[in-house]
Amino acid sequence: MSSIWSIARKELSDSLRNRWLLAISLVFATLAMGIAWFGAAASGSIGYGNTPATIASLASLGIFLIPLIALLLAYDAIVGEDEGGTLLLLLTYPLTRGQLLLGKFLGHGLTLALATALGFGLAGLAIALLVDGVAVAPLLEALLRFILSSVLLGWGFVALAYLASVRVSEKPVAAGIALGVWFLFVLVFDLVLLGILVASKGAFNPDLLPWLLLLNPTDIYRLLNIVAFSDGGELTGVLSLGADLPFGPWGLWLALAVWTVVPFTAAWALFLKRRL
Amino acid sequence: MNCFELEHIDYGYDRQPVLRDISLALGAGRILGLFGHNGAGKTTTIKLILGLMAPDRGRLAVLGGQPGAPDVARRIGYLPENVMFYPQLTGRETLAHFARLKDAPRRQVPELLEQVGLAEASGRRVRTYSKGMKQRLGLAQALLGSPELLMLDEPTTGLDPVATADLYRLLRRLRDSGTGIVLCSHVLPGVEPYIDEAAILAGGRLVARGNLASLRRQAGLPVRLKAQAPGADELLQRLNGNVPRLDTVTRDSNTIELDVRPGDKMTAIRSLMNSAELDDLQIQQPTLEDLYCHFTGVAGGGC
Repeated sequence: MSSIWSIARKELSDSLRNRWLLAISLVFATLAMGIAWFGAAASGSIGYGNTPATIASLASLGIFLIPLIALLLAYDAIVGEDEGGTLLLLLTYPLTRGQLLLGKFLGHGLTLALATALGFGLAGLAIALLVDGVAVAPLLEALLRFILSSVLLGWGFVALAYLASVRVSEKPVAAGIALGVWFLFVLVFDLVLLGILVASKGAFNPDLLPWLLLLNPTDIYRLLNIVAFSDGGELTGVLSLGADLPFGPWGLWLALAVWTVVPFTAAWALFLKRRL
Repeated sequence: MNCFELEHIDYGYDRQPVLRDISLALGAGRILGLFGHNGAGKTTTIKLILGLMAPDRGRLAVLGGQPGAPDVARRIGYLPENVMFYPQLTGRETLAHFARLKDAPRRQVPELLEQVGLAEASGRRVRTYSKGMKQRLGLAQALLGSPELLMLDEPTTGLDPVATADLYRLLRRLRDSGTGIVLCSHVLPGVEPYIDEAAILAGGRLVARGNLASLRRQAGLPVRLKAQAPGADELLQRLNGNVPRLDTVTRDSNTIELDVRPGDKMTAIRSLMNSAELDDLQIQQPTLEDLYCHFTGVAGGGC
């Protein structure tokens, strides 16, 4: 256990040292406040609109940013140590490969969690203090849900990045795969799903379609943050399928957690096979 | 208890045999030199002992346990060839990180930095270190936790002569206190005075092992006698027939060199002494380098 923590501690202090933690927190805080105050500008008004709209906008932005940041943070976890020449040395220490990977995850996961909580937490605090007449309790609840799901989404992409990192032997390749993963889940998946829906003209079993959303962690994340405010009436595009899912938010939380556990376990198994 | 025991170890990689039938053991308080050309299997042997890979066949015990097991790994120190560290950490932070991983007492960090001569540079980032400084940091890292088995792969790379001498003195001290040490090096003359035994690998096989005296006996390489006496040609004529020599070289008018079989050495020396008033006599035993060339040459490698 102590060796896992030693690895995590180094990752965490690295992200403090290279200002990653600070930079991510600032980006999150700035964007969150920008959206809160200017998100309604398109409809002709400036100032805080309402909590559900703000959270929905934040979630749309989070889908782009959080996976990208998580992938960037974690893609070189193992392949970077290997290229840097430290992996071989580390593994001669009383440290199993699983402990090393778990330590890395703990470090990267904490970095991401701290940055998310700090950045969005500060923005929430600013909204609560500065906006007159905002209902604080629902804002806090929504923000807490948003932060937790963002962290969980980030962890999922950290684990996906590890999957690439343990498999390849060069850092640029891992970076390329990480970008591909981002592209696939953030941009391509929904388009393909929509295409299938339209092209099949209802030939698919309609009971099956909503489940397809669970194959994309970013869709689960979006559902979690939007569904909570309505009965699904505000869901657009492929997300409207989510209203047909036969389970509530707990199922979505569980599905998002599975998206962390499964890629991490797979990365672990692949790491055991990696040759030094 | 032996530091490690390899019995009939086979290891292959992509169906290519890398090590074949290796049997080797190291006792406590001994320094073993592990030699071989690049690709002869030295690094693979070390990795097997470290538990980074498992052998295909054979029995392997390290410090009385399984290689790679945490309680075994904690008692081994390893300096890889071309050791590298995190460039963004300082020397002290690096050593502290590895000390935590090894559960070594934290007071060892400043002590070891002092011992390898990095005390003053310990607050600087490793990025700014020279090759020799990184090597010394690597050595400090290997000594964390007072290991019972120390494996050093090319430890003198980048070290200046003074630092190299310091290193060998340190290794001797560790050996005397019971540490088993494996030394891989291509600088054969450098390590020769310090090793207790040598193991020579060629083409994945162990072609020779033992202390230098027994390797010399096995190899039967000639001993070179260098005699200085006025009138070398005359001396040679007088010696002819008396000395069972293998090869004679006259260097100049008053130096002759004789290569004689090890068993004939004393006879040859006596004849030389009786034949002329010698100014000087040097006896050159086959060096580690000669032995290395001999054994790898027999195995088809050559020097």
